[in-house]
Amino acid sequence: MLEIAHLGVRFGGLLALEDFCLTVPVGGLYGLIGPNGAGKTTVFNVVSGFLQPASGTVIFRGQNLQGLPPHARTALGMARTFQNIRLFGDLTVLENVMVGFHCRSRAAWWEAVLRLPRYGREEKRRQLRAWELLEEVGLREVAWEPAGQLPYGHQRRLEIARALATGPRLLLLDEPAAGLNPQETLELLQFLKQIQEHHQLTMLVIEHNLRLVMELCEHLTVLDHGLTIAQGPPAEVRQDPQVIRAYLGKQ
Amino acid sequence: MFLKESAIRNFWLNLGALALLALFLWGAEHFANEYQVRLLNNMAIFVTLAVSYNLVNGICGQLHLGPNAFITLGAYTAALLTLTPQQKELIFILQPLVWPLSQITLPFALALLCGGLVAALFGFITGFPVFRVRGDYLAIVTLGFGEVVRVLANNLQSLTNGPLGLKGLKPLTNLWWSWGVAAITIILIRALVNSSYGRAMMAIRDDEAAAQAIGVDTFRHLMLAYILSAFFFGVAGGLLAHLITTISPTLFTFFLTFNLLIIIVVGGLGSTTGAVLSAILFTLAGEWLRIVEEPHTLLGVTIPGIPGLRMVFFSFLLLLVIVFFRQGLLGRREFSWQSLGRFLRRFSAKVSTGHI
Repeated sequence: MLEIAHLGVRFGGLLALEDFCLTVPVGGLYGLIGPNGAGKTTVFNVVSGFLQPASGTVIFRGQNLQGLPPHARTALGMARTFQNIRLFGDLTVLENVMVGFHCRSRAAWWEAVLRLPRYGREEKRRQLRAWELLEEVGLREVAWEPAGQLPYGHQRRLEIARALATGPRLLLLDEPAAGLNPQETLELLQFLKQIQEHHQLTMLVIEHNLRLVMELCEHLTVLDHGLTIAQGPPAEVRQDPQVIRAYLGKQ
Repeated sequence: MFLKESAIRNFWLNLGALALLALFLWGAEHFANEYQVRLLNNMAIFVTLAVSYNLVNGICGQLHLGPNAFITLGAYTAALLTLTPQQKELIFILQPLVWPLSQITLPFALALLCGGLVAALFGFITGFPVFRVRGDYLAIVTLGFGEVVRVLANNLQSLTNGPLGLKGLKPLTNLWWSWGVAAITIILIRALVNSSYGRAMMAIRDDEAAAQAIGVDTFRHLMLAYILSAFFFGVAGGLLAHLITTISPTLFTFFLTFNLLIIIVVGGLGSTTGAVLSAILFTLAGEWLRIVEEPHTLLGVTIPGIPGLRMVFFSFLLLLVIVFFRQGLLGRREFSWQSLGRFLRRFSAKVSTGHI
């Protein structure tokens, strides 16, 4: 599904990422962990096209993504969420999800303006599927509220629903549990497993909450200061002395 | 089922509103004096301009400061196409007009369309550099293009007749043309804003990075809004030219853009209804405030007429709006038949219970 090879990113003199390699198979639930500033979000920004790497390649579903802008990558079947939730605050919950469907639209703008049949059919289907998606993530009741006024937990769910609307095969989640309490984290875990199954997703998750990643992911990559310090199944990674040092400091 | 019924009802209500407008225009044509007709024409042109401007600034959230460029292009193109070869020969005394423009004369409708198309073409060309930048930089780049066009109009003797401008255009703009164009602009832009494309544009306004991340090609959508608005600016420019019948580069300075900016900010950025109402109010206020420029005797003190004092009042009004209506008069609310129905029901309930 996703092959990242020898990725390198520099911000001026700062080494953000060096020789980063990761292969995510179809249907995989992969985790990316590491202390603050380790370069996790940088990996996401490169994969989703917001950042050009200094070196290395990203291959997604057999296609080299070199130079492709973010929207083109989404069209190929990749969607991401952001660490600090980024919703369209003035649009309603329903509209937020419907914008997600827009990238699959085939009707041209003039067909939309003149309300020609093809646009009408598409819009109707978008609406139907948006309601289904809202039902699935449990936001049906707040569909007409402005997204900016939702409580925090709902905003997280909405951002995921909006990403799902683009019809992704690969979902990149940047700290989905940030700011959630233990109970909500548990619910999120169930929710993620559920959507992964329902939409047959491959997931790459950045997370600080170790309990969540240990439970959710089948494979972990640990970053520290832009370097990959460990890779493998959660149980193995947990035992790794380098990982313990990075998280807890030297003994 | 419910949606379908309300859509049909809205269609008939819209048609009814258009018929009312037509009736009003017919009445104005027969019973209003020349001054009032001119005011109504002006109003329609400003409605067209404001609604198009709102598409880029209010819906897409990009501070575009160059509409005067597109209005200039539309005005000059349409004017050059309706003048007869003899007129052109008389007007271009310093340098003759370039061939084939010197020989062509087109009907008004085609001339307006060409004005719009030339403006849209200019929009297409300038859109590439404009949308490489955002925010303040975008404002500066568009402002720059506005100035470039004005300077070109001033110096391309053989195309624009320079500072002398074009005189003696036929007064072809009548109420039907001006309000017809305004109605079409409102209908098309509302249809765009209420479509999937309009939602994507508002998404760009709210958070551009997030819009990109969910697959919105931001460049294409911004270009679409920019070029469409350019087209309507061009058509409105053509109407303006054939309303005032004399055009010169001094007519299309940054102040024209600035007035439009006042209109859409006062109306509420992002609200088409707000842009329409505000454009109407702006045109009326511009006339009412002529009073303050005339000499007055107040409490025995004679105040001489000060030309330009209107603008001081305008600034003051703008200040009031900024202080008391941060979101403009309408914010981002829109007129809809449903909301009018709700309002009427509430109102009649109040009347019947004697609360009013």
